[in-house]
Amino acid sequence: MPGTSRFSRNALWALLLVAALAALPAAVPRYWIYFAGLLGINIIAVHGLNIMTGYTGLLSLGHAAFVGVGAYTVALAQSRLGLPFYLAIPLAGLTAAVMGVGFGLPSLRIRGLYLVIATLAAQFILNFIFVHWQSVTNGDAGLTVQPATIFGYPLNNETRAYYLILACDVAFTLFAINVIRSRVGRAFVAVRERDRTAEVLGVRIVWYKFVAFALGSFYAGVAGGLLAYFNQFVNPEQFGLLLSVFFLSAVIVGGMGSILGAIMGAVFMTLLPEILRGGALSIGGTFGFDLSSILVPLRETVFGLLIVGFLILEPRGLAQLWKRAQHALRRPPTTTAPNPGSEGKS
Amino acid sequence: MLRVDGIHLAFGGLRALSGVSVHAERGRITSVIGPNGAGKTSLFNVISGFYTPQQGTVTLDGQPITQLRPSARASAGMSRTFQNIALFHGMTVLDNIKLGAHTNLKGGVFSAGFRLPAARREEQALSAAIQRDIIGLLELDTVQHHYVEDLAYGLQKRVELARALVMKPKILLLDEPVAGMNSEEKREMSRFVLNVRQDWNTTVLLIEHDMSMVMGISDHIVVLSFGKPIAAGTPDQVRANPDVIKAYLGTGDEAAA
Amino acid sequence: MNPFVAFAEYSAVGIAGGGIYALIALGTVVIFKSSQTFNFAMGEMMMLSAYFFYTAAVTFALGPVLGLIVALIGAVAVALLIERFALRPMMGRPFIAVVMVTFGIGSILRGIVGMVWGPADLQIPAILARTPVIIGGMFIPGKTARAFAIAVAIVCALIGFLRYSRAGIALRAAAADQITAYSMGIDVRRVVAFSWVIAAITGCISGVLMANVNSLNPSLGLVALNVLSVIILGGMNSIGGVLVAGLLIGWLESVTGWWFGTEFREITPYVLALLILLVRPTGLFGSTQVERI
Repeated sequence: MPGTSRFSRNALWALLLVAALAALPAAVPRYWIYFAGLLGINIIAVHGLNIMTGYTGLLSLGHAAFVGVGAYTVALAQSRLGLPFYLAIPLAGLTAAVMGVGFGLPSLRIRGLYLVIATLAAQFILNFIFVHWQSVTNGDAGLTVQPATIFGYPLNNETRAYYLILACDVAFTLFAINVIRSRVGRAFVAVRERDRTAEVLGVRIVWYKFVAFALGSFYAGVAGGLLAYFNQFVNPEQFGLLLSVFFLSAVIVGGMGSILGAIMGAVFMTLLPEILRGGALSIGGTFGFDLSSILVPLRETVFGLLIVGFLILEPRGLAQLWKRAQHALRRPPTTTAPNPGSEGKS
Repeated sequence: MLRVDGIHLAFGGLRALSGVSVHAERGRITSVIGPNGAGKTSLFNVISGFYTPQQGTVTLDGQPITQLRPSARASAGMSRTFQNIALFHGMTVLDNIKLGAHTNLKGGVFSAGFRLPAARREEQALSAAIQRDIIGLLELDTVQHHYVEDLAYGLQKRVELARALVMKPKILLLDEPVAGMNSEEKREMSRFVLNVRQDWNTTVLLIEHDMSMVMGISDHIVVLSFGKPIAAGTPDQVRANPDVIKAYLGTGDEAAA
Repeated sequence: MNPFVAFAEYSAVGIAGGGIYALIALGTVVIFKSSQTFNFAMGEMMMLSAYFFYTAAVTFALGPVLGLIVALIGAVAVALLIERFALRPMMGRPFIAVVMVTFGIGSILRGIVGMVWGPADLQIPAILARTPVIIGGMFIPGKTARAFAIAVAIVCALIGFLRYSRAGIALRAAAADQITAYSMGIDVRRVVAFSWVIAAITGCISGVLMANVNSLNPSLGLVALNVLSVIILGGMNSIGGVLVAGLLIGWLESVTGWWFGTEFREITPYVLALLILLVRPTGLFGSTQVERI
């Protein structure tokens, strides 16, 4: 089928989805809206990691720390500088991008494991700073944040904050789609797949690694900033290694190098802990155990299993499974006539 | 057009190229042949900038490019294909071809992300140019939206050629374009290379094992053996040259090729 | 205390602590040599082995010797399972994908330990005497000193084994060139499995020692993550290089802990790693081949 009709059909679906999401608060209980807000924030963070790891092949184990940088930036920009949210959020993104580049730059020039180590170092060093730079971060106790205000109208409950997050989600997803479809996005994939060939084609590899890293960290920072407004507090515990593993799982489970995959991964991974909790509690209730103490390690195990399982069995993730399911639905097994035009295209 | 003069290249004590010169004239197809280990691939890597020769110069259209990085040579108007297919998986044929024009475009993250008019125009112009000039010429219209990894070998090679052509290079380097192909695919590829030269007057430098292709389409041939040039001339002159026959017979396995 | 004496003493304690790091490093390098893979689950393998030891020695009251044997068997079995079912299917896949798999395995093991044994500190039977060792007026805690001695002995034994045994030679051949090794009749897959066994043994012993010196809890494995960062930068191809790097980290942690406060110990390796990346990306000992792009 021609690319344009396919595109407009996708756009139509996306519009319907956004409309449905906008109507959501009228239909479901408040707790769900809290959850949807959290999910929206995770989507932005996962887009960021997907740009780095999924599209450009730069593995980051420190994404949570950059989310943390964004959250602290918002908390401090609000309390110390009195910045409104529409300045604080971009500032959060920029600060995270600068931090990301600062940690990443020395190792972006070199192939291999070096960047992984640099990001791991970022994870531990930044978290150390969150805990120990008492005078600024208030240590383990953390900082409180006032809700964002738009034209004097405070976004002080889940539903109001939800709309802000939804708007950001739409904007940041569109931005990511546009970048990925452009010359820049093609260069990202080229760097990931074959950097030597990319160089012959005139793609400046180090530059695009730098761009991907800065952009991914920017997304992380924005997500962190939104999280700070959403939770109305910031503390170091939120941004540990487990959260970095969480984001990485989301990218892998959803499907590396796919915008739809990043969204699906974020949805799946955000819902998963709730499903695990519900499952563990109901099983525990049936048999009379208290399983609530194992929830955190259970989560860790399942995250790990998902990472390993998807990497081995379906490296293109849920997005690929979804495409296959669509394919199977469109072409029911009863039609025997093959369609030569769409062969191989999925 | 492309002049390679007096190249000496050694790895440690191992001499790969000694005093190799090749001149590719504008609008002509020049081929470099030689038995395995003759230094053909080393020569290509010197030309595209992966190896820095100890001696000798490479000039493109009168400009010295010996010191340029590989990416800068692309901007200077040089493009190449690879012996082993080097397409980018996870991308469609069209996107792979568009990457060939990377250096001709300017858009950055912001103009792309916000879909600024300049970036949109640039992208549309590129798409139109590819549809007009490349897709038809190389007969890729039915597969342009497919993922490259799903295509047959011969088609993948053709996509590589398309990618090398999209920036309208001054010089096109082809590294064994028909290696591993069946005779049908080889004939097709020869036809495409000739069509490109005819339509665009592109200068072509070819490395190839396959004698039927080299003899069939070359205007000028340079023969290397053990890193040294041993003969040069038209296909007929080269075919009759006793040194060439000796070099090929001496290694045995090439004689059959 | 006289600062020079204090410095010497903290240095000695640190280097002694670094002995365990060197042991961890050895296990990691062996895997790297056999399969060019970096094992991010090393710390979790360590921790899990220590829990095996605890369960055998305390829960089942088998005592330390049998406990150690059980722990070794368990560690080797786990390592072989990991190699067979997670790493082998990833052969030929991109390097970062394989690294992510080992990272995921680490997460699985951490979670399993948390579910089975819980988050609390456990006391394992003291296999190391407490009596401090005094060298030239320097006072080194007994457990640390003895752990160091054991670690050094194991490292020496393993290096000798790798140098002279058939398996060790096969490993080095595979490390030098997999294709050639294969054509010489070396079964590369067995070599890889063998390297995981070696890693399991070093991990098990270092885990038990570490649990003795400190205490046993699920964060025991994080130590390995700290150490490994610097080890990679010490040059993954050189066993000597990583051993020195291990000792160096032990020393540096101890000295920075003394000078800046103990909380700084945990980030010392990372700061060092970043500094090395900044000034000398070829690694401390320059034997890693750095591909600049």
